[in-house]
Amino acid sequence: MQEDRLIIRGIEFKSRLWVGTGKYKDLEETRRAVEASGADVVTVAVRRVNILDRNRENLLDYIDPKKYKILPNTAGCYTVEEALRYARLAREAGISDMVKLEVIGDERTLFPDVCGLIKATEILAKEGFIVFPYTNDDPITAKRLEDAGAAAVMPLGAPIGSGLGIRNPYNIKIILETVKVPVIVDAGVGTASDATIAMELGCDAVLINTGIAGARDPLKMAEAMKHAVIAGRLAYLAGRIPKKLYASASSPLEGMLI
Amino acid sequence: MKIRLNGEDYEIEGELTLEELLRRLSILPERVAVEVNLQVIRKNDFKDFKVKDGDVVEIVNFVGGG
Repeated sequence: MQEDRLIIRGIEFKSRLWVGTGKYKDLEETRRAVEASGADVVTVAVRRVNILDRNRENLLDYIDPKKYKILPNTAGCYTVEEALRYARLAREAGISDMVKLEVIGDERTLFPDVCGLIKATEILAKEGFIVFPYTNDDPITAKRLEDAGAAAVMPLGAPIGSGLGIRNPYNIKIILETVKVPVIVDAGVGTASDATIAMELGCDAVLINTGIAGARDPLKMAEAMKHAVIAGRLAYLAGRIPKKLYASASSPLEGMLI
Repeated sequence: MKIRLNGEDYEIEGELTLEELLRRLSILPERVAVEVNLQVIRKNDFKDFKVKDGDVVEIVNFVGGG
């Protein structure tokens, strides 16, 4: 097969499946699921160190930053200022300029506040961050984010943790035609076929957390998602047949017994 | 002197640099980021940065997230 590489801002990504590290039973399960997924981008959150716990375990003891690309998020931030604060701390705690930018607009839906998101993207891009904004499945917002300096856009398939799949494939398709930066579906993927649909549309990658961590068997689902993303990507590159209303026979009519 | 450390009151006797504070808390500097009074302190400055009475110190690290 011809080489099919994902490169963003000069960084090469070895897998088109990106995974989150939230909601796992423990850090060992996190480690095993991430490994089974074959992902090389791993998202993390930034939170206070537990000062009192002397035997505290660190996520990075399980997810080796030399092996994986650590992508810190600004989850839980509802204002531009908060998101900037978390992004700057994340950069200092980590080893790269990458940030998965979230500016959340509403607690119940966790839909992004796109006005704040565009503003924060612009500021962080100017500060040299490689910004991956988590956004709505709205092409106009995606374009504004690209103009603001986003390295890629991350439209949701459905609300975070909902598992509802790709609710608006047509909008995702329009986003793909609207922006030049890579498009990475983030949120909503509930099972393997959802990931495949995202990739078949032509998305550059898919980010999954709850879809894997929340499965009955996260390790199996991690592996399923790995194959689903590869299958979807290959199908996209192969080019699907057009949909038709009526049948067209696969076997020749010639040589049939009369 | 008294500082606010990750949202709690914290007593310190005498002068202390950020590096010494982290050591006292058994925290590896390479795995965390530190903010003092809303200002991110670069890791290279930990050994010289002196914590003052009333400072609001936040020490964060990475945890599981999506």
